[in-house]
Amino acid sequence: MSELLVNDVSMIFDTPDGGQVEALRNVSFNLKQGELLSVLGPSGCGKSTLLNIVAGFLAPTDGTVSNGSTELHGPGADRGMVFQQGALFEWLTVAENIGFGLTMKGRPKEEIAGVVDHLLQTVGLQDFGDKPIYELSGGMQQRVALARCLANDPDIILMDEPLGALDALTREKMQSLVLKLWKETGKTIILITHSVEEALFLGERLFVMAPRPGRIQKEYQLPFADEGLTKDPREIKASQEFIAKREEVLSMIWEMEEEIMGGAEAVGA
Amino acid sequence: MKMIESLFVKLGLVSTGLEKRKTVTFGDASSVEAGRFWSCLSVLTLALAWYLGSALELVNPIFWPSPMAVWDQFVSISSEGYRNFSLWEHIWASLYRILVGFGLGCLVGIPLGFAMGLSKLMRGWFDPIVEFFRPIPPLAFIPLVIIWSGIGERSKIMLLFFAALWIMVIAARAGVGSVKLNKIHAAYSLGASKRQILQHVILPNSLPEIFTGMRVAMGVCWGTVVAAELVAAESGVGYMIMVASKFLSTDIVVLGVIIVGAIGYGIDILMRKLEAKLIPWKGKA
Repeated sequence: MSELLVNDVSMIFDTPDGGQVEALRNVSFNLKQGELLSVLGPSGCGKSTLLNIVAGFLAPTDGTVSNGSTELHGPGADRGMVFQQGALFEWLTVAENIGFGLTMKGRPKEEIAGVVDHLLQTVGLQDFGDKPIYELSGGMQQRVALARCLANDPDIILMDEPLGALDALTREKMQSLVLKLWKETGKTIILITHSVEEALFLGERLFVMAPRPGRIQKEYQLPFADEGLTKDPREIKASQEFIAKREEVLSMIWEMEEEIMGGAEAVGA
Repeated sequence: MKMIESLFVKLGLVSTGLEKRKTVTFGDASSVEAGRFWSCLSVLTLALAWYLGSALELVNPIFWPSPMAVWDQFVSISSEGYRNFSLWEHIWASLYRILVGFGLGCLVGIPLGFAMGLSKLMRGWFDPIVEFFRPIPPLAFIPLVIIWSGIGERSKIMLLFFAALWIMVIAARAGVGSVKLNKIHAAYSLGASKRQILQHVILPNSLPEIFTGMRVAMGVCWGTVVAAELVAAESGVGYMIMVASKFLSTDIVVLGVIIVGAIGYGIDILMRKLEAKLIPWKGKA
């Protein structure tokens, strides 16, 4: 059992015009094994910076990130990434993409083939193993990205707006797939999204972040992800409870946006 | 009827499918097809003009020979050779120089371009050198390489190496620069080492740029080798042209020019075929 510990993380950097950006201020949270956390906030709230710090692509100016008792420095195979798009390898087939991590680890061919076949089934691409990536639709490519990440069996999966580039219908289907994979694998997941609905539906926990400085404004515990495993997603999203939460979060974000815009207008005037 | 129709489609005289229903065609690049009919017509027109021009004796054969004279020269040179070498040996001499010079240029240029794309120090160190030599036409070095190594093979290969080197350095550097950071991050998170990322991500990702560079370099090398042979050589297509011009054998000069054009065209077709085969994902990412 591993636990992700983000302890008092701050991120400040200089801008070319001599100013400073406080992208994150004193962000702390723990994530137990198997928790699904979604992170929401207006642009500039530091949610991508936070994800990049957890992934190990950025080093925070202050604070630490640990996986269990191991303090993390730099990227590692214990934290898998799923990007919005363009992170698959076009020169490899679907199966080769999924098996990439295991191939790099030098695992035997039969073992890789077994894992890949199983994952192709899991994400519903059993007939597409030999296809090149560029022949797949956007939704299918994201299925490959999920499978590639799972093949490596990471402790934590970090998703940076994984469904952001998909059309609305595909997006809904993929949300259900994410829930299914979460349940089946018991992975810890952090999911960054722009969509309030997606954040509410997928997040067992939800952070709403605020900008300047980037910080966690409010945390929610939500029942919808668990319900989504058994109930029809459309039904959940149409429920009174869901709509009430959605309005609450939306107005919170609207207020932040207005603050930003208001500030910009003041500067302009 | 069906056969005639499909022939017309192939020639680009009739459009099919949605193309037929488009009302806006001017400015829609996707509706501009290969136009094979017009290609055939333009080649035939040129050939006819050449034939008529010489049949009606409109041009002095010293300035421009008849197609028959060029053909006769082709037949006689390809059986008897020219200046101690057969026609194929002349062609091979030119091709061989290109292959070696171009090959060496790739061998040095691609790793150097990679190093420049991956390291600040290497980029800073080599940038002024590359940027200075790149715009110099390789032919400007002919006097130097002749002083260094005479008019033999070595000087030609050196020249072609120079011609290909800078193009390949820049192509490889651009290839490294085109890697999306997402891909690199994904590979690190999948547990790949630096070496593995270089071999399995950066290298394949830069193949399209490298291949484009190779096509450009091949073209430049072909032009450079012919020009170099015109200046000083003992064999090669350019040498053939140069010697023939001294004897006012315009038919051989034109034959040489046609061979140069045909081979250059052939090389490019070959490279494009190879590109489609090796990099099927190009432009589809």
